[in-house]
Amino acid sequence: MAERTQKQKGAPERTEEVVEESPASTARGEKLKAELDDLLDEIDEVLETNAEEFVKSYVQKGGQ
Amino acid sequence: MAIPKVCGIETEYGIVVRGADVNPIAACSVLVNAYVSQFRRRVGWDFEDESPASDARGFLMDGALPPEVETHLVNAVLTNGARYYVDHAHPEVSTPECIDAREIVQWDRAGELIVVASMELARRLLPDGAELVCYKNNSDGKGNSYGCHENYLMARETSFGRIVSQITPHFVTRQIICGAGKVGVELPGLGIKDVPYQISQRADFFEEEVGLETTLKRPIVNTRDEPHCDPTKYRRLHVIVGDANMAQASTFLKVGTTAIVLAMIEDDVLGGDLALANPVAAIRHVSHDPSMQVTVGLKDGRRMRAIDLQWALVERSRKYERERGLSAVGEEVGAEVLRMWEEVLTGLETNPDSVAHLVDWVAKRRLLTAYADRHGLAPNDARLRAMDLQYHDMRPGKRLADRLDLTRLVDEADAEFAVEQPPPSTRAYFRGRCLAKWPDEIVAANWDSLVFDVGRDPLRRVPMMEPRRGTEELVGKLIDECTTAAELLDRLGA
Repeated sequence: MAERTQKQKGAPERTEEVVEESPASTARGEKLKAELDDLLDEIDEVLETNAEEFVKSYVQKGGQ
Repeated sequence: MAIPKVCGIETEYGIVVRGADVNPIAACSVLVNAYVSQFRRRVGWDFEDESPASDARGFLMDGALPPEVETHLVNAVLTNGARYYVDHAHPEVSTPECIDAREIVQWDRAGELIVVASMELARRLLPDGAELVCYKNNSDGKGNSYGCHENYLMARETSFGRIVSQITPHFVTRQIICGAGKVGVELPGLGIKDVPYQISQRADFFEEEVGLETTLKRPIVNTRDEPHCDPTKYRRLHVIVGDANMAQASTFLKVGTTAIVLAMIEDDVLGGDLALANPVAAIRHVSHDPSMQVTVGLKDGRRMRAIDLQWALVERSRKYERERGLSAVGEEVGAEVLRMWEEVLTGLETNPDSVAHLVDWVAKRRLLTAYADRHGLAPNDARLRAMDLQYHDMRPGKRLADRLDLTRLVDEADAEFAVEQPPPSTRAYFRGRCLAKWPDEIVAANWDSLVFDVGRDPLRRVPMMEPRRGTEELVGKLIDECTTAAELLDRLGA
């Protein structure tokens, strides 16, 4: 079945919203990328030192 | 007209003991006790009205396992109207009854702060170097899951069959706007090669479309019929299908969109044409495909992507807003939910990372992908699974979600306020204020009553069968004016 048709049927008004990339969102994208880079630089200090052991020992009793 | 969608969230946290040999149940008790023992007097939970085995379909389940009520474990009511207790082997925080999705975010964040404070207080009770660490997630990656449940007030006269058939498409597809994301898969026969990353923490654990269970053979729609209020007028829809969220916007959307869809079902304007052919298979297929291109089959033979179904629900919600208004979910909050719902769907369609500040599974994936790229990690690298867990770590310095610039909808000061104060617009206000003012005179509390002992026989039970009574507007002045609990009871005519 033609997916395209369904999509348009589902949301006839939304094509207008999609296209533009405003300066604000570009700036936000840049900022986020810079922050992610910074985070990756420092993340090893925060991460569990022995990932393998940590993951293995993370065992929970089932709940609801 | 749909009734106000009074709502609440119950979160079971994962818990790990480090540096001490303590079993999980004891660890939970230490954690919760460490918190509640700060207070002069702890008010216990009253189980009189609990009947979790009642089924909304009108019968008691035979052969099914109703949830047990464990009366011997720590169980306390807090001055913000919340319940804090040990459920199975998990610490659990139930928010007080809230009036809208904005309040849910505020009191859910307060619940996190309570858990953070508990970990710190517990550390002082444990041997040097030992600590209890909580995780706000739903899966240990080894086939064990624990829940984050939502509750919504519904009119009793709304047909339960209609609720089941019409809410299911939302429960199956809303994960794309509020899933918490997970590395790997926990279904037999599937491995990390098949599903390196999925949208929902919980989808792997649902085996039925509808039923009473919550710990085994979990159903997409849970039938527990335990309204905790006037059962002739109301039901409480107990929703077990959601993920616990770190992103406040994900919590806001999870509850806000569900409340709107439920209001439409109550007013019988949603329609049944979105019913799915196989909801259990669909919830997994949607979760296992972060590209969001997979289609699911509808009963009428059409196939749609989750995002198309979500757009269809947005479109109907907009129509509902125009024709009936959003008073059932709060006009202002409802409008903000719709705006953000559209923003997130638009972002997911064009550039998912553009909504990483709003949606947990996108934020987590973005971090894991960047880390894997930088270090050349294979999808099954333990470091990625560790980061997945650590995204939900409740220790402030260790919690990876905190470092991803997730949008905050609630000021920390407002969340701090909500640690001690109840929401103003539900009966939680009466519960919380009374507990704060007369802790020595209240012998027990639960969702729909408070039991006072003011030295006269017998004990006085004050019923709170109306979730929208006992609000600040209705009883704030009265509580302010009363010096003693006895005076309050006299003036209430109890």
